[in-house]
Amino acid sequence: MANIIEVKNLTKKFKDLIAVDNISFDVKKGEIFGFLGPNGAGKSTTIKMLTTLLSPTSGEINLNGHNPVHEANAVRHSFGIVFQDPSLDDELTAYENMEFHGVLYNLPKKLRRKKIEELLKFVELWDRRDSLVKQYSGGMKRRLEIARGLMHSPKILFLDEPTLGLDPQTRNHMWKYLQEHNKSEGITVFFTTHYMEEAERNAQRIAIIDHGKIIASGTSDDLKKQTNKTSLEDAFLELTGDNIREEEGSSLDKIRTMRRRWTGNRR
Amino acid sequence: MKTIYILWLRQLKRYYRSKSRMIGSLAQPLLFLVSLGYGFGHVYQQAGQGSYMNFLAPGIIAMSIIFSAIFMGMEIIWDRQFGFLKETLVAPVSRLNIMIGRTLGGATVATMQGIIVFFVSMLAGFTPYSWAMVPFAFLVMILVAIMFTALGTMVASFIDDMHGFQMIMNFLVMPLFFMSGALFPLEGVPPVIATIARFDPLSYGVDAFRTLLINTSHFGIGLDILVLSVITFVFLTLGGYFFSKIQI
Repeated sequence: MANIIEVKNLTKKFKDLIAVDNISFDVKKGEIFGFLGPNGAGKSTTIKMLTTLLSPTSGEINLNGHNPVHEANAVRHSFGIVFQDPSLDDELTAYENMEFHGVLYNLPKKLRRKKIEELLKFVELWDRRDSLVKQYSGGMKRRLEIARGLMHSPKILFLDEPTLGLDPQTRNHMWKYLQEHNKSEGITVFFTTHYMEEAERNAQRIAIIDHGKIIASGTSDDLKKQTNKTSLEDAFLELTGDNIREEEGSSLDKIRTMRRRWTGNRR
Repeated sequence: MKTIYILWLRQLKRYYRSKSRMIGSLAQPLLFLVSLGYGFGHVYQQAGQGSYMNFLAPGIIAMSIIFSAIFMGMEIIWDRQFGFLKETLVAPVSRLNIMIGRTLGGATVATMQGIIVFFVSMLAGFTPYSWAMVPFAFLVMILVAIMFTALGTMVASFIDDMHGFQMIMNFLVMPLFFMSGALFPLEGVPPVIATIARFDPLSYGVDAFRTLLINTSHFGIGLDILVLSVITFVFLTLGGYFFSKIQI
């Protein structure tokens, strides 16, 4: 099968920090690919480079035949994304969020209407389409984001820790949608997670990144064999060590705390 | 075009839905109008200057516009913190269009605030000298609103949390407002104040409102419109440039 994502010698340096250090990997078309690593390993930075939000310091990316730096818009049409943090407009309804997305991606009105209905039904939110998103639970927001990410029929769907903080029921449902969509539309799924069991169950192939470098890749069984462990969690700990990674509290964390104080924590 | 429209529409919907913000942003101008307008009215009249309420109202209209416009522009900080900005930035749309749509949306809201304050001040005793000039005053309101929304966008591009917002309010917006002659006549002030006011773009907005609403002018309407247009263009260009440089 052909590769839909090809990454060669990709590096991203911030002022005093090498976040991504000369990594190379491929993702095959139609594959469900797990991208694992401890906090601060470089996962989100890599996703940002793949999705045109950050430009690489050096190295090559090819995504669906396009280069994110020079052909940003072609790349943007090729993928959908569910971010680590919710990226919905709370003051709009679910339907309006979808409509907004459809217009940004230039879907003609008829197709837009059809897609919104189809996808909101798919993630079981059609009945709640006219509720403001701020009244949604965390799980509903995630489902809505998945529906939105799929709306412009992307070839690749990126999911950055999509199941963080979700209960097992919602998690299961979410993966059911994704698996279904992967089978029926052949969409490639690229996801990160901290739940090893989730990676083991869903990913056809896995790459593990630590300190900005890819330290292992292959199927879940390959990784277990390589480390002589019986579970992916143990294999992961064997590969990345069991030191706790300290991440500096970002301004985002601070703002969240502030917001919680003001609004009584809706997220 | 459709992109600009949907971004514009989004700002309007958000404004319309947050009633508390709408009321909150009217409370402050109203307080100024009532306390200063009635408080100084008598002294002002004794000094032979006529009605202070009439003099003050255009200044308070300018104040409500600059406050809401800067706030609308700086809303990008919220969108950035709560993720929605990412949704627009990964979409196949040019950053310039995103910036234009947001700015027009913010400016529309700020203009509406200005118009509401105009009518509220009429309740407080303000009377425009000629109704024929009022539509022109509304047009200048749009210009002032676009100018400060673009400034807000520009400033927001440098700042990544809400602490910065307070800084901007205290060290940029407040001085712009208080030094603009919104509250006092620029005739006869000490030269330092007069010079500062001359470099404050809001002064020209206030002056244009006074010319059109109460037929008193300090700089002259021609200079007002010229300065406002040039500065608006500069802020829009810079705002667009810095917005395109935002990295998440």
